[in-house]
Amino acid sequence: MEFWKRFSRHRGAVIGLVFLLLIVAIAVLTPMLFPSSPWRMVQRPFLPPFTMDRFPLGTDALGRDVLAGLAYGAQVSLIIGLISTAAALLIGIPIGLIAGYFGGLVDDVLMRFTEFFQTVPSFALAIVLVAIFQPSIVSIIAAIGIVSWPPVARLVRAEVLSLRSREYVEAAILSGQTNTTIILRQILPNTLSPIIVLASLMVATAILLESSLSFMGLGDPNLMSWGYMIGAARTVIRQAWWLSFFPGVAILLTVLALNLIGEGLNDALNPRLSRKGK
Amino acid sequence: MIGFILARLGKSAAILVAIVALNFLLIHAAPGDPAAVMAGEAGASDEKFLAQLRTQFGLDKSLPEQMALYMKGVLTLDLGYSYRQQMPVADLIFSRLPATLLLTFSAFAISLVLGTLAGVLASARVGSWADTLISTAALIFYATPLFWVALMAVILFSVTLDWLPGFGYETVGAGYTGLRRVLDIAEHLILPALTLGLFFMAVYMRMTRASMLEVRGLDFVKTARAKGLAPRTILWRHVFRNAMLPIVTLAGLQAGQLVGGAVLTETVFAWPGIGRLMFEALAQRDYNLLLGIFFISAAMVLLFNLITDVAYRVVDPRIRAS
Repeated sequence: MEFWKRFSRHRGAVIGLVFLLLIVAIAVLTPMLFPSSPWRMVQRPFLPPFTMDRFPLGTDALGRDVLAGLAYGAQVSLIIGLISTAAALLIGIPIGLIAGYFGGLVDDVLMRFTEFFQTVPSFALAIVLVAIFQPSIVSIIAAIGIVSWPPVARLVRAEVLSLRSREYVEAAILSGQTNTTIILRQILPNTLSPIIVLASLMVATAILLESSLSFMGLGDPNLMSWGYMIGAARTVIRQAWWLSFFPGVAILLTVLALNLIGEGLNDALNPRLSRKGK
Repeated sequence: MIGFILARLGKSAAILVAIVALNFLLIHAAPGDPAAVMAGEAGASDEKFLAQLRTQFGLDKSLPEQMALYMKGVLTLDLGYSYRQQMPVADLIFSRLPATLLLTFSAFAISLVLGTLAGVLASARVGSWADTLISTAALIFYATPLFWVALMAVILFSVTLDWLPGFGYETVGAGYTGLRRVLDIAEHLILPALTLGLFFMAVYMRMTRASMLEVRGLDFVKTARAKGLAPRTILWRHVFRNAMLPIVTLAGLQAGQLVGGAVLTETVFAWPGIGRLMFEALAQRDYNLLLGIFFISAAMVLLFNLITDVAYRVVDPRIRAS
């Protein structure tokens, strides 16, 4: 309850949450709202928006319904955003935990490894990975996960370093608990709140990355995504502004909503930190 | 200082070698014949051509030998041959590199200057309408897909208003020389540089605002105020100079993303840099070229990081002492 009170004090975060829930609802209901495939030709090509009630956002160069494309794109964006963030957490959290807890040589090696991935230009690496392993939902999720875990590892490591010397951890060591138990039962639960905040922001970044990849023609060829819609509309931009305008607004609003939620979570979970500078 | 630069150079070299190893791994991990990967689809149908490539790349040798061969090639800047474009990869990249450098440095300068100025302005009047406006704008720019804002800029400023060219590097066939040509390129540069800089402007603005607010509460600022210094002097000489430090660090880290962003911006504006080249390589499945661009852009980031690290030490003498 206390959590919700602090979260709702951030007005933008509440608006973001409402908007995100709306997007989730659309994504879930899409198969019912738009039973036919978003790839099917339903009207004449280049039908401008707001001319036919049946297709309020018009049609694209192949006569496909833009609104249906947006709804299916919401599914793709949310799924890829969530799973690739989960993948990044799965790589980053163990590396951060091990590096921070054991320190010394292990820490050194793991941090060099992390630094390497942090230095390499992430979007270029994602492009190379997806291109070489062929665009598919699996390769896209893997590529986004691989380029976005370093901040997680660094954050977790920093948290562990500050928890490592706490008395309750020392007590756990003295009582003979194994390293695994200490890491998983004593340390990990106490690092969760900054991880949650970071993860909410990472979902936003992952959605942006996915849309950029599909814009470059590296989307899963079987999935209608927002980035693909904009990429396909790039060459006809002079005739049909709406084809790239609406999907872009969808990306912008979704990413904005997630960023606002991240700020709200930060206020709610790390109250001392967020008061600073206000 | 020289020892520090040498140590950083050594580290950068190690990362560069690791990137080459990664490239090598990727070629071999890719589904299909590595020779076909190197050749792109150009040689996919021609068995004889592929066999020739296999001997050329030493694919009949053992893996470690192949790795050594590849490593030696890349580190002497022999990035292989693009069978699609019928040109050595290194030549292709270096002919396109100046355009990318011009674009990324302009975007970097624009975003850094405008971003920090906006951040200082917002922090000087926390809670005012100017702060709300700047902070909201930063929030929106931060969430806007780069390629989309680039397309929208083309629609608005080029197609509808016809103020600025939305395509290419200079007016084709105009044959401008000297100052006229510089102005022509500058005119073509405005939209790509602004749209590429927008996201980073938002990042620097948020950082500057937070950093200014934090430094403002420190003791030495109170001392300055107690001494009766003018608020303007305190703002720029005391708060701003100290608040800039984390921004310099961040700027170095962002360099990698700037290179990535250039891929998208150059694609939209048909800017003839390595980003556009990467898009062409993707469309033609020219993996050798793709990996070459990846290598060069990583090298660019390393260089950028090195420069900011050195700049950081010049700006903040305290680091040298520790």
